[in-house]
Amino acid sequence: MSRIETDTVFVRRDFLEPEAPPPSLGGVPGWVRKNLFSSPFNIAVSLAMLLLLAWALPPLFRWLFVDAVWTGTNREACLPKNGETVGACWAFVNAKLAQFTFGSYPADQRWRPSLAMIVFFLGLAWVAIPKMPRRREGVWLMLTAFPVLTFWLLYGGLGLPIVETSNWGGLLVTLVVAVTGIVASLPLGILLALGRRSKLPFIKIVSVVFIEVWRGVPLITVLFMASVMLPLFLPNGVNFDKLLRALIGVALFTGAYMAETIRGGLQAIPKGQYEGAASLGLSYWHSMRLIILPQALKIVIPGIVNSFISLFKDTSLVMIIGLYDLLGSIQRNFSDANWSTPSIAPTGLIFAAAVFWVFCFSMSRYSMYMERKLNTGRKR
Amino acid sequence: MADIALAATPASETAVEMIGVNKWFGEFHVLRDVNLSVKRGERIVICGPSGSGKSTTIRCINRLEEHQKGKIIVDGIELTNDLKRIDEVRREVGMVFQHFNLFPHLTILENCTLAPIWVRKMPKKEAEEVAMHFLTRVKIPEQANKYPGQLSGGQQQRVAIARSLCMRPKIMLFDEPTSALDPEMVKEVLDTMVGLAEEGMTMICVTHEMGFARQVANRVIFMDQGQIVEQNEPEEFFSNPKHERTKLFLGQILH
Repeated sequence: MSRIETDTVFVRRDFLEPEAPPPSLGGVPGWVRKNLFSSPFNIAVSLAMLLLLAWALPPLFRWLFVDAVWTGTNREACLPKNGETVGACWAFVNAKLAQFTFGSYPADQRWRPSLAMIVFFLGLAWVAIPKMPRRREGVWLMLTAFPVLTFWLLYGGLGLPIVETSNWGGLLVTLVVAVTGIVASLPLGILLALGRRSKLPFIKIVSVVFIEVWRGVPLITVLFMASVMLPLFLPNGVNFDKLLRALIGVALFTGAYMAETIRGGLQAIPKGQYEGAASLGLSYWHSMRLIILPQALKIVIPGIVNSFISLFKDTSLVMIIGLYDLLGSIQRNFSDANWSTPSIAPTGLIFAAAVFWVFCFSMSRYSMYMERKLNTGRKR
Repeated sequence: MADIALAATPASETAVEMIGVNKWFGEFHVLRDVNLSVKRGERIVICGPSGSGKSTTIRCINRLEEHQKGKIIVDGIELTNDLKRIDEVRREVGMVFQHFNLFPHLTILENCTLAPIWVRKMPKKEAEEVAMHFLTRVKIPEQANKYPGQLSGGQQQRVAIARSLCMRPKIMLFDEPTSALDPEMVKEVLDTMVGLAEEGMTMICVTHEMGFARQVANRVIFMDQGQIVEQNEPEEFFSNPKHERTKLFLGQILH
């Protein structure tokens, strides 16, 4: 051992306490400085954007709210009088709201879809909010009793007058198609994704063919085939409901997309997880259900919700087979002579966009919330 | 808690029997005529250079790898393509991996109770009691409600051992259990394994921890190029290796 000079020896006796970071790093001023005004270029871009907003927002605001017509019973209300400008025709939306919601569902029966929608949103809240009691039972009720109840309420029978699906329309059809598609496509997608990774050649081939065929065909084609070609192959007298055919088409189509999304998640699970499960003696289905799928689905939540959102908006395509969803019902009313003015089309389209946006944005926010909540694996 | 004791009543004297086992990965001949017989209560350490087939050998014992030729009999059950038998074997054979392979979405307690509940059909409450018993034995009962990501590597590996023990296995396989750990955590895992050995568990360990091998093994096996090159009692194996390759290997790792 070599000798060390005494004045080079250092032994710490007092430990330093951690200090708070400097205040300029945090808060709104810190954020603004860091993100908007950190360099001359950023300052220029920020100012340009501010100018753009100042140029675009006020006229839009004026059209939507200030110059808008809020009340009225016919087109007279929304026609420009003595040279003044007229903005959005909200009176039109107001007068047609029931049609936009239910289509041509008989007016005296509209309490039925209303009730179904109320039960749906209450049930959804029960199932989706983690703090709710007995959620497991809620999920079962929503998957078993609720569809039966809804079918009875919407279609009728057993004491209720029957309302043919051709009279359904508006938001009602949008929700029926989207919710059925979402609920049916997820389990279908899971089975197809597992099937595509199966070691059994038959199951694998069936899954691959199913996925590739449905994914390779445009949804419009699927809907056309369902409504025009399918009846040609069915025996005389057998008549499938048009809405039901559309539902099946949409569910299978989305299921194929879902399968590929979920397969991506399955591939992201390390081999060790499969081996860990196998080494404990868990069967294939147990290890999938308890170990692999919970992790894989969590990874692909963004992709799954992406498909859901895309499906929700694609419901408008049922228009081409003569069913009228929200957008279809709104568009159909543009030709109403009673309301025909230049501003009803933009007003109606903005209204449709706003309703779609509220639903899609809710799904998006909920998925982000779920992601954060389920992010236990990396939790420190 | 007498019912949680691990000492199993031997159904037969032999726990694992491998006869002329051969395996290929594609063209590559990984296991060449491996013969190995492990008695109940015996503690085997397998060592050898990387790529020598030691991990593959023990992974064949619970059929994480399939052998193409030869016979493997575990606890009286021959491993074939019969999935039922494979699951039967896996229920009785615990395995601890190099990278722990804990389930990150479940708490430590849930990691330990999952298999007893779903495979052994044990009531949840009883499974939790068993899990707490073994978590206490590996000295981390206070972490039961945390997630694996919140634990250190050494703690995770001890949980992995407890998770296997909850199935009350008759045989434990260890696949380089300390190789992925930071040096200061190796000891806590080895101590747990030594404790297990002292209770008479049948153990087959792939490890480079020669101190551990000296302390607990009944037999040390040296593998190279897919073959068992030499096996002996630890004292003799380390002090008087017979084969050239064994000497070379020991020279490299025991500096």
